[in-house]
Amino acid sequence: MIEAYLFYFFAVTTVLLAVTVVVQPNPIGAAVSLVGTFFSLAALFVLLHAHFVAIMQIILYAGAIMVLFIFVIMLLNLEPEKVKLRTIAGNRLVQGSAALYLAGVIALAFFGWRQFFTQGVVANEMEGTIEAVGKLLLTDYLVPFEMTSVLLLVAIIGAVILARKPVE
Amino acid sequence: MEITVHHYIVISCLLFIIGIFGVLTRRNLLIILMSVELMLSAANLALVAFSRFSSHLDGQVAVLFVFIIAAAEAAVGLGIVIAAFRHTSGVRVTSWKELKG
Repeated sequence: MIEAYLFYFFAVTTVLLAVTVVVQPNPIGAAVSLVGTFFSLAALFVLLHAHFVAIMQIILYAGAIMVLFIFVIMLLNLEPEKVKLRTIAGNRLVQGSAALYLAGVIALAFFGWRQFFTQGVVANEMEGTIEAVGKLLLTDYLVPFEMTSVLLLVAIIGAVILARKPVE
Repeated sequence: MEITVHHYIVISCLLFIIGIFGVLTRRNLLIILMSVELMLSAANLALVAFSRFSSHLDGQVAVLFVFIIAAAEAAVGLGIVIAAFRHTSGVRVTSWKELKG
């Protein structure tokens, strides 16, 4: 019972803070709202018994990535922009396909799920602890796990090359 | 009043739609990047929910990979923002019309 109340509370805060991110004119305000969204999502992960993912969400997303965002916003010294919510990018084809895609996603979410998931409740309990997830990460997913280090190295080199001053 | 996987799918869909809305309507490159992060988080929530309700931990491992990709994407994206800011002294995507291919 208490779990259901907690779910509804954190679901509502997640969605409301996500809306704030999108409609906020000030980039710093949007970044702070995004940190709040990530904390609420971490709470939802805890409700799903994914403890390791929740901790990584707070350390990586709300910590590292958002500090990077706020650092760049402060570095560029941006002033708030006027939000015009009626401007949609792209031509008719892009708008039409985006609208069609959204309609499909919503229709699938509201009508199609019953065919795909006949039972929505937990079959047997499985805790997403560091031990269980880490064991899976270093046995079945060892090769992709090692590949991500190459990806991060490429990203670091790319970021440095992109952001440095052009050599005359 | 039990919370099922359907509840989590609805929240995930809502987050994804909010993210798409941000990408399509906002013209500030930093906010567009943040909306992309919102869409990645929506996918994460769906993955963890499915992992929980199908009793496999593979979904949570996939979420960890998404975290790493999001970190790489943020680093490269913000590098591009800084490089572009140096050229046009602004982060509005409409001021980079010459990038049209």
